Amino acid sequence: MPVLTMVEAIRQALEQEMERDERVMILGEDVGRLGGVFRATDGLQRRFGEARVLDTPLAEAVIAGASVGLAMSGMVPVPEMQFLGFTHQAFHQIADQIARYRFRSQGRFSMQITIRAPFGGGVRTPEMHSDALEAQFIQSPGLKVVMPASAYDAKGLLLEAIRDPDPVLFCEPLRGYRLVKDEVPEGDYTVPFGKAKIVREGSDVTLVAWSAAVQLCLRTAERAAEEGISCRVLDLRTLVPLDVEALAQCAEDTGRVVVVHEAPYTGGFGAEVIATIQEEAFYSLEAPVARVAAPDTPYPIAGVEEWYIPNEERVLKALRRTVGTTGA
Amino acid sequence: MTSTTIFEGGADADAYRVLDANGVLLEGASAPLSSEQLLEAFRWMLLSRTLDERAVSLQRQGRIGTYSAVYGQEASVVGSALALDPSRDWIFPQYRELPALLRHGMPLSTLILYYVGNPLGARPPDGVRLAPIQISLAAQLPHAVGLALGLKMQGDDGVVMTFCGDGASSEGDFHEALNLAGVVKAPVIFVLQNNGYAISTPRSKQSAAPSFAARAAGYGLPGVVVDGNDLLAVYEVARDAVQRARAGEGATLIESQTYRLYPHNTADDQSRYVSPEELEVRRGEDPIPRVRNHLEGLGVLDAAGEAAMQRSIDEEISTAIADAEAHAPANVTQVFEHVYANPWSRVTRQRDEFVRDAEGL
Ligand SMILES: Cc1ncc(C[n+]2csc(CCOP(=O)(O)OP(=O)(O)O)c2C)c(N)n1
Repeated sequence: MPVLTMVEAIRQALEQEMERDERVMILGEDVGRLGGVFRATDGLQRRFGEARVLDTPLAEAVIAGASVGLAMSGMVPVPEMQFLGFTHQAFHQIADQIARYRFRSQGRFSMQITIRAPFGGGVRTPEMHSDALEAQFIQSPGLKVVMPASAYDAKGLLLEAIRDPDPVLFCEPLRGYRLVKDEVPEGDYTVPFGKAKIVREGSDVTLVAWSAAVQLCLRTAERAAEEGISCRVLDLRTLVPLDVEALAQCAEDTGRVVVVHEAPYTGGFGAEVIATIQEEAFYSLEAPVARVAAPDTPYPIAGVEEWYIPNEERVLKALRRTVGTTGA
Repeated sequence: MTSTTIFEGGADADAYRVLDANGVLLEGASAPLSSEQLLEAFRWMLLSRTLDERAVSLQRQGRIGTYSAVYGQEASVVGSALALDPSRDWIFPQYRELPALLRHGMPLSTLILYYVGNPLGARPPDGVRLAPIQISLAAQLPHAVGLALGLKMQGDDGVVMTFCGDGASSEGDFHEALNLAGVVKAPVIFVLQNNGYAISTPRSKQSAAPSFAARAAGYGLPGVVVDGNDLLAVYEVARDAVQRARAGEGATLIESQTYRLYPHNTADDQSRYVSPEELEVRRGEDPIPRVRNHLEGLGVLDAAGEAAMQRSIDEEISTAIADAEAHAPANVTQVFEHVYANPWSRVTRQRDEFVRDAEGL
């Protein structure tokens, strides 16, 4: 099976879906001639034309807002937000319009829209390009939030997203675009939403993560193994819908859980994971569920970002505390 | 419309000009700047260009982060900033106006510190009437209107100049800001630098309007189109706009038509969307030789004079880079500083823990 980087897998999914379904179109800043600032749409305008791969004026709100009307017209828009940080310019259109248009029209209109947006730290971007804003969209009922961690999942989840009758925010980890590589089938396949995946087996503790934090957890699990801590790693893949059963099962199986994310601590999606676990599996827990997250401060500029985003040391520390091997 | 139908960028035939393409005063035109002021402006332009070249090489060596060059837009930036009085007036920048920031009082070494990635580099020194570099496009425009309104309400005779790109002008913030500025007659000057591109998106795909300045009418403001590679013309329209604002006559939109001769930033590959022919034509409109020719024509600059100027610039930049690099490296506490005036308990606890962890490493 061919090995693709995550950005190649995304590009392939877009190309195949545009080929399969002529209603599918892409719109956004620099998506056409340039092929996107990360080349996720490279070559697509040449192949499908300027109308179906539309270079828009620089305005996120109209990219999202026009997608509403495009969807109503029968097109299947896949708008790109150049960075998740700039979804704020479109926040009203996404959270209040796209997310609840089905509800607002009492089922008359569906928003078959997939908003793609890269995010995440560790690549020395300028301010506001790296922010992990996923939790801000969780509170927008009607919207699904998808956060792939592998190239395989990126393709399968993106195809699932584009075909979903409901709107999806599809967040792509910047650091993973070229670093993450794995086997990706050339043909058509989808990965269902709401099905978390155990990406490493282990018995002492479960690390729960999504997007780029999955790779971090896998690396840390290797190091923890050297210390005799056996870590399971659960990749949530989609935050909405959330795989409540998988979370409960892992808590029951390992009795201990650590959740890891790049977004700030307070009100991060980790809080939802922990609340869910204590509701579903409180009596299986042998230790409080720990959180490793960014601090409650804005994403900083490049010179200090490596302190800001969770790293192996901080995950290890939480693991040791959770399994009680620090002897403290 | 653009001056040719084939190429993006550059100035319209009817854009306001003072100098011809060779830097000679147009018939009937008079120079709005003295020789001394012209030399000052030329030095800023040369410094800007030299800084761009040095910064791009520092970025390649991994010594600074992503950098967006001013290259090609020196007349546009310097000409407009020269119309301001740094002791009274404010600047709200985007990110491609470095010489304006320097001329206004931002130390070069602080600016370099920003590109090195130290958070301290984001802070304009106390007393310098300057907002931080803005990354979120067009967000600075409403701020500028608010500040201008605040000055007016408090009887301060300062005016505000804010910069944005042709791309940024498509954002809602741009339109909302201009509309409010019109309604409250805010003493603000919007300098829209139309450099032909927003990353790869050409001007022709940014707006179907015949000019960006034409939009001003819709907000009840005067709009001016100026050849952004003509230092004297840019200065003159900016000066007039500043005078109007100071006189209580409200805001102006200046569309400065120029060209971005470098890629968008150090991560961009402009060969994917700019033809070599276009680049060649636009290189021929470089604002620096135009001013140089003008100064030589006036007899106030010769090759030796420029070489001396260049030497002092090189030295100034080297010193600033050395100062920035000699600065104490960024540290973990900076992640926590200046988030709240009084951080709440959890943030303090996080800081203490992060500091302990960093020391333990
Ligand atoms: C709100 C927002 N959206 C997207 C971006 C990403 N981005 C950075 S610069 C840029 C193009 C800006 O073009 P323009 O305003 O014309 O200024 P120029 O870079 O040409 O000086 C884009 C799309 C951003 N920084 N902010």
